[in-house]
Parts: sequence; structure tokens; C-alpha cells
Amino acid sequence: MPYLDHAATTPMLPEAIDAMTAELGGAGNPSSLHASGRRARRAVEEAREQIAEALGARPSEVVFTSGGTEADNLAVKGIYWGRRAADPARRRILASAVEHHAVLDSVLWLAEHEGAEVEWIAVDGFGRVHPETLRAAIESDPGAVALVTVMWANNEVGTIQPIAELAATAHEYGIPFHTDAVQAVGQVPVDFAGSGVDAMTITGHKLGGPIGAGALLLAKGLDPVPVLHGGGQERDVRSGTLDSPGIVGLATAVHLAADRQSEHAEYLAGLRDDLISRLREVVPDAVLNGDAGPDPTHRLPGNAHFSFPGCEGDALLMLLDAKGVECSTGSACSAGVARPSHVLLAMGADVERARSSLRFSFGRTSTKADVDALIDVIGPAVERAKRAGVAAERGSD
Amino acid sequence: MRVLAAMSGGVDSAVAAARAVEAGHDVVGVHLALSTNPKSYRTGARGCCTLEDARDARRAADVIGIPFYVWDLAERFDRDVVQDFVAEYAAGRTPNPCLRCNEKIKFAAVLDRALALGFDAVCTGHHARLERGLLRRSVDAAKDQSYVLAVVTSEQLAHAMFPLGDSTKEEVRMEAARRGLAVADKPDSHDVCFVADGDTAGFLAERLGRAPGSVVDTEGSVVGEHEGAYAFTIGQRRGLGLGRPSPDGRPRYVLDIKPAANTVTVGPEAALDVDEIVGERPVWSGCAPPAGAIDCAVQLRAHGETFGATAWPDGDRIRLRLHRPARAVAKGQAAVLYDGDVVLGSATIAATTRSAAV
Repeated sequence: MPYLDHAATTPMLPEAIDAMTAELGGAGNPSSLHASGRRARRAVEEAREQIAEALGARPSEVVFTSGGTEADNLAVKGIYWGRRAADPARRRILASAVEHHAVLDSVLWLAEHEGAEVEWIAVDGFGRVHPETLRAAIESDPGAVALVTVMWANNEVGTIQPIAELAATAHEYGIPFHTDAVQAVGQVPVDFAGSGVDAMTITGHKLGGPIGAGALLLAKGLDPVPVLHGGGQERDVRSGTLDSPGIVGLATAVHLAADRQSEHAEYLAGLRDDLISRLREVVPDAVLNGDAGPDPTHRLPGNAHFSFPGCEGDALLMLLDAKGVECSTGSACSAGVARPSHVLLAMGADVERARSSLRFSFGRTSTKADVDALIDVIGPAVERAKRAGVAAERGSD
Repeated sequence: MRVLAAMSGGVDSAVAAARAVEAGHDVVGVHLALSTNPKSYRTGARGCCTLEDARDARRAADVIGIPFYVWDLAERFDRDVVQDFVAEYAAGRTPNPCLRCNEKIKFAAVLDRALALGFDAVCTGHHARLERGLLRRSVDAAKDQSYVLAVVTSEQLAHAMFPLGDSTKEEVRMEAARRGLAVADKPDSHDVCFVADGDTAGFLAERLGRAPGSVVDTEGSVVGEHEGAYAFTIGQRRGLGLGRPSPDGRPRYVLDIKPAANTVTVGPEAALDVDEIVGERPVWSGCAPPAGAIDCAVQLRAHGETFGATAWPDGDRIRLRLHRPARAVAKGQAAVLYDGDVVLGSATIAATTRSAAV
């Protein structure tokens, strides 16, 4: 089955499955004091060290969570609450306009319920935040900024942000900087300390680890107010029994993802470039969204994102699905209704173009046969979706 | 055939989809998202537009083993059904939004898109039969929905599939349970799906505002006040808010609504009887447009009784003479013409009168 939706989730690495399976058979709560507990604790702490080493962090900076959404919630809400408690004037949150919903909706929730003042940092036509845009936003009232959050790489169009520069800009004003690096780890070099960010979200299932295991990397000195209260695990920042099998699987995958990043990126970029050039041949009017430049540090190597003028993305997705080709419109709400992507809109696309887009994303198990399968069926699918689009327009007169 | 099964999340459309699969068709399930904000239709959960309904539909599609998608028809639904509903009430008529939804959404917007995407037919869980292109009543008289389908044209019916027409509701529920569909005992949806709490008057008041006017008797004398003529329906007896009893002490009913004058006319029950009806926008799905008078049976509201009638064309309208008077016929409802259990066609009731002979 041609699976071109690795940005949604990608299969687990066999090594991660092995490590996780072995741990699933082990007894012991990592917080228990007896031998079984010590054994589990050891597995968790080794995993912590492995992740820290792979991502340029210290072990004490790794806080395990249930995944990316929880890590984003903890970072955004926790840092906001902490900073506001220290100085009630700090109510501004600066977030890029292209954030994942885990950040976007956390920020909006703070605005609705906790008195936060949200400012969306504008992006350019590629979806990129420029440091000077961030600086201008901070400058209007630097002392009132609680935090800045900008994702490392965009999940829809694959645009990579100049994270180190953005973090440095925030730091000039003493403002903590969070980044959601869920899509980045394994595809581009990610160095927590080197980038200068204060908080960084990662998750297992986008890089060959399990679903339901993730982490927030938190620089020393940053103490977010907890979102989850309970047993006081993870130095009181995140309560809840540590999921030792998930954590071991996560660490194995993060370690291998970082280790193999450069060859993996090269492999994905090869497939991706093949897809882009061949798709343009069969659908000449398809528009590549995001950064199309040659610089490999500007776009995720596994991402290709197109608008198909005159088509609706969800119609196209359905037609491709019927042919066994699996991809994504990039954004979906709980009811499964495709809304025009806020990312595309922020990049200056109109609603029609935003609705007409599809994301193709590659992973470790992708092959040239996946591209072949897509290229075989995309032309007629686009033609048919265009006719459906025309039918819809006619009906709405 | 490639069949698109519209799945509301209820038991009927789930079983209909399952039967289409069993009949050997290549079936894809689609749930129509009809609210721009699904949460707004959530309270009450009687309709087919809530997030829970979407989830029920998805789960049913999983069990049946067919692909499932959600189509966003919210804008079209709001414009063609909800706004039309409000405008019709504002114009003093009593619309049937289910009919409108079939006419404008299910067998127009959805069918057009389905055909363009390569489907051959749209399958729904309506209780009606479709045989050799003719729409007929369901075998379950109590659940029959041929009335709300009578606005569908022959061309549209040629691409429709109603697999439930030969079964009673009870049989459908039992079959759903047998198939392991969790919606087997889900309560029937009723009322207007987009009026979550069933309070149509409140829904209209919110959109049309207060519009106070007079309640008058058949002589034109003012007998009371109202807050908005749109809140009344022909034949309504309760909630007229008339302080004084009628001179003869008998209950009064709404006889007419005049939006231009913003008056509601009330009078005795006997004055509700009509036997002549003018219908507009006729649709002939079961026969060719008649050249002259035809005898038929006519149904004037959903689940209403039928009346023997003579119908004849009058320009782009049709006229009906009922063989016995009907009580409380509301403008805006559909007059559906039957020959036995076969739907001949329908028209929207534009005017009603009582001939001297009655």
C-alpha cells in the first residue's frame, strides 16, 4: 500500500519495537523503591540519558510526557503561568501563525481563560518567521512577553524555521523560547543546547518510536507550572507513572533517528525530489507550497505539499484513497471536516488554494514504488476532482 | 455500481449502507457535516449533525467495512435549508426543511459531487421504495418517507438507492443488531435537526427578532397581540395568548398569517376546512406532466392522511380540488400526489381556499 503520510505517523523501527517489547515484559514501577522498581527506574534513566545525548541536552532537562500534544500544553501553559506568577504584567504570548493545533489551541485557551494576550507572528510566503518580524513584535512591549513559541519545522508545508536566530532574538530580551520540534527530529540536525531554545517538544511516533510517548526538553532554570498534578514524578513538573516501555521505545528511536539523520534525510530528499518533478510533469498546474529553493536546510526532506487549482483536497484524497494511495490534506478537525489550512492562509494563500492542497510525506519505509503508484493515478484523479469542483460551483449558483 | 452511502449516524442509513455492500456494490460512506460549528447542534442531540453522530456513522462504516469520509456541506445547508426555513416562516408559510434538504442537499449538492467523482448512485436510509424509476411508499406505513422525497426529480431518482423500502423499522433495527451495529437501538431522530432543543419559535425569534402585531378575527376586529406572526402555523390552537374567550365560547384556531400586514387571523375550527389548493414549483417524478385533469390521492403534510383529489395544470402551477375538505392546510408545505402508493409528483402549497360547495 503506497503510504505517503509519514508526517501523520511513521512505522516503528524494529529496534524500538524490540526494546519496548522487552520492557513490556518487565515488572516494576520506576518510582518504587524495591528491586523491580529500581530495574524499571534504571531503564527509564538510561533512556533519559540516551535522549539527552542524541539531542544535545542534559538528562535532567528531559521531562517525559504522553506525546507532543501534552509537551506543547505543558510548555505553553506551564511557562505562561510561571512567568506570569513571577510578574503579573507578563501576559503576552508571541506564537507563529503556522503552529500545530497543540500549540495554537493551548495559546487560544490561555487567551480565553487566563488573560493571555496572543499575537501571531506573521510568516512569509514560504511559511517562515523572520527574526526581524519577531523582534518588532517583542519591541512593542518586551517586558510583558511571557514566552515566544515557534515550531522547528512545519507539519504541513515542511518549512524549517531559523530557530537559533529566533531563540537568540527572544533571549536578547530575556524571554524564554519554546519550539515544537516534533517534525524535525530525525529529518534535520536538532541540537537542543546548540540551538539555544529553552523548551523543546518531541514525540516518538513521528520518528520510529511508539505513539503515546514524548518529551519536553526543558533548559535548567525554567520551571513551568505543572498541568498534570499527582505523584510528583519528573521532578514535580509532570506527574503520572512513568511509561517505561514507551520511554525505552522512544529513546531507542530518538537515538537511531539522530544517528542516521543525515543519510535518512538524503534518502527522503531523493524520493521527495523525484515526486515533485514527476508530479509537475503529469499535473503541470500543480503548485508546490512551502520553500521550493535548493537549500536543504529550508525544507523537511520528506515533505512535498501541493495545491491543485480547481480541486478540493478532500475530494482528491478520497479518489487517491480509492486507488490505494494514502496521503493527507494536512489538517483535520475531530469531526473529520477539512477546514482551509491556517498555515496556507497565513502564507497568503486564498481559501480556495488552501482547500485544494495535499501533503505527501516520506519516511524510512518509503520506496520509489510509492512515488510510481502516486504518479500513475494522480493525473486522472486531478481531472476528476476538477469536474467535481465545477459541479459544486454550478450547484451553488 | 460505485455507490455513495450518506450516513447520518442513525440506524437506517447504517443498515442501508450495509445492504448496498451486500448487494455487491462498491460502497463508500459519507457523513454530511451540516453545521459550521458542530457543537452548536450538540445540545439535545436529536438531530444528525452532532459530533457524536459523525462518530456513530464512522463506527458503523468501520463495522460494515467501507471507507468513510466527512463532507462539509455546512455552508450550502445554512443557505439552502436554514435560511430558507427562516425566510419561509417570515413570509407566513410553514416550510418542511427535510424536503428542502433532499431537494437542495442530498439529491443535488451531494449527488452532483458524487457523480462528478465517479459514483453511480447515492444511497440513503429513507423508508421508501424505488422500483423501475418510480418512487413508492415504504411497506412500513408509519415510517414511510416518500412524502419528503417527492421533490426529487426523475433524473435524480435515476441515481438514488433506497434499500430499506421493503422493511419495517423494527426489521431494520433487528438487522442492525444482527450486524453488530451499535446504532441498532439509537433513538429515532425527529423534529428539525438544526433546532437543537426543538424550540422552533425561540429559534425563529432569535433570527427574526420581535415583530409585534395584531391577532384579528375573521371580521378584522383585533382580539389580541402577538410578538411575531412567524411563530404561528395554520391550525394552531394553543399559545395564541388571547385573553378573552370567543363570543361563542368555542376554541379559536389560526386561520391565516398575513406577513405584510403582520396580522394573525383566528377563527372557528370549521373555517380551517379547505378543498381547493394551488401548488407551485411542481415536480413530476412518477408520471409525465399531465396535460389535463387527473385523479389522484394527495397528502398535505408529513405523516398526514391522504385525500382523493382532482389535479390539473395551470400554467407553471397546479390546482387541486379535494373530494372532501382537509383541515388546517399550511402554505409552504408540500402537496404530494400519489397513485396508490406510487408518488406522481409534488408541489409547494401556495394558496388554499374553500369552495362554496363544502
